[in-house]
Amino acid sequence: MNDKVILAKELQAKIAANAKEQITIMEVCGTHTHALFAHGIRSMLPPTVNLISGPGCPVCVTSQGDIDAMVSLSEKSDVAVCTFGDMMRVPGTKGTLQQARSEGADIRLMYSPFDVISWAKKESQKQFVLVGIGFETTTPSFAATIKAAKSEGIKNISLLSLHKSVIAALDPLANIPGVSVDGLMLPGHVTSIVGADAFKVLPEKYGIPGVVTGFEALDMLASIEALVRMKISGKPKIINQYTRVVKSFGNPVAMKMIDEVFSPCDSNWRGMGVLPGSGLMLADKYKEFDAVSRFDLKIIDVPEPDGCICGQVITGSMRPTQCPLFATSCTPTSPVGPCMVSGEGTCSAYYKYRE
Amino acid sequence: MCLAIPARLVEKKDNAGVVELGGVRRDIRLDLLPDAKIGDFVLLHTGFAIEIVEEQTAKDMLETIDQAFGDCTL
Repeated sequence: MNDKVILAKELQAKIAANAKEQITIMEVCGTHTHALFAHGIRSMLPPTVNLISGPGCPVCVTSQGDIDAMVSLSEKSDVAVCTFGDMMRVPGTKGTLQQARSEGADIRLMYSPFDVISWAKKESQKQFVLVGIGFETTTPSFAATIKAAKSEGIKNISLLSLHKSVIAALDPLANIPGVSVDGLMLPGHVTSIVGADAFKVLPEKYGIPGVVTGFEALDMLASIEALVRMKISGKPKIINQYTRVVKSFGNPVAMKMIDEVFSPCDSNWRGMGVLPGSGLMLADKYKEFDAVSRFDLKIIDVPEPDGCICGQVITGSMRPTQCPLFATSCTPTSPVGPCMVSGEGTCSAYYKYRE
Repeated sequence: MCLAIPARLVEKKDNAGVVELGGVRRDIRLDLLPDAKIGDFVLLHTGFAIEIVEEQTAKDMLETIDQAFGDCTL
């Protein structure tokens, strides 16, 4: 046995020995949801350890009305909607961006938001709209792109800002009706930007421990072991398990970039509703790049598809397997809700690794 | 979406950089990590470097991404 296997077995034994009582641990990040399955961690845990998934998939928490707004934009002539691939197949009430593209809409897949700078320069007659999706990991890239567009005087770029803050969602996460979370596995890469200290509010205000966690099997086992230990001791705190990437103070340059380009606003989260101050809109200095005002967009609150429980899956109050549509009328090739579409979606993970 | 991939920085001019991973080169941005130096392993997210990591950390991360997600191309 190599050292990693020995260590994994030691951690597994400690978890089994200490988790005498039921403990519910939420992994906030969609990448963790998939990594937990992929590494077989779930099958290594005793039945007392209940892992639930949180709202850490930016595509999944995007509201139906916001998806409709993207599709509406794509119907405008001389507009190119620029998005990450994950968003293409999420159904709104008027279909998906992929369907719109098949009907002739100009929709471009970007690897990086900065790709759009060169596209806009090459096609100056076209309006390029960036679909701004993402949490603190992703938002600084969009901020830097808009800042570059302003400094270069590029007039044919705008941003549909649907960015959300994980930090701002902690309060509702700690108060989900019917869900009692004993500990949080915190998102490694969001925390590389905001810093581990940003989560101190969890133990201090709510008495909930959190561990900033990497994505390797040992990272996740060590995190679970620490959360179980903190539950027993009754001394919740924030532990940074991912110190090889995450600093206590995060990436100050990236945080400053967010603060310069964006201002907090209310944001509508699928499954959680409007959370005050949890979204980001362009700051006054950058308002000229706001797609909503440039195209006079109306974003209308519309209900989720009939039968779809993505809203409850996102908050950990129901499992994908409890959804009547799961693996029947909702599959990765024919998804009804966003949690089945996104590569980080909880339903997609349960489908891929289902028994 | 918050997956980040490490790669070695091989060129740098102001906030524009080039990374190399497995023989593939790609243009990246250093606006969020302006102090990165040529030779550093940087963690990339949506085409932007967000953090510097040790070489061993980078290798371990690539192995994990390959095992768990089957995709660590640039």
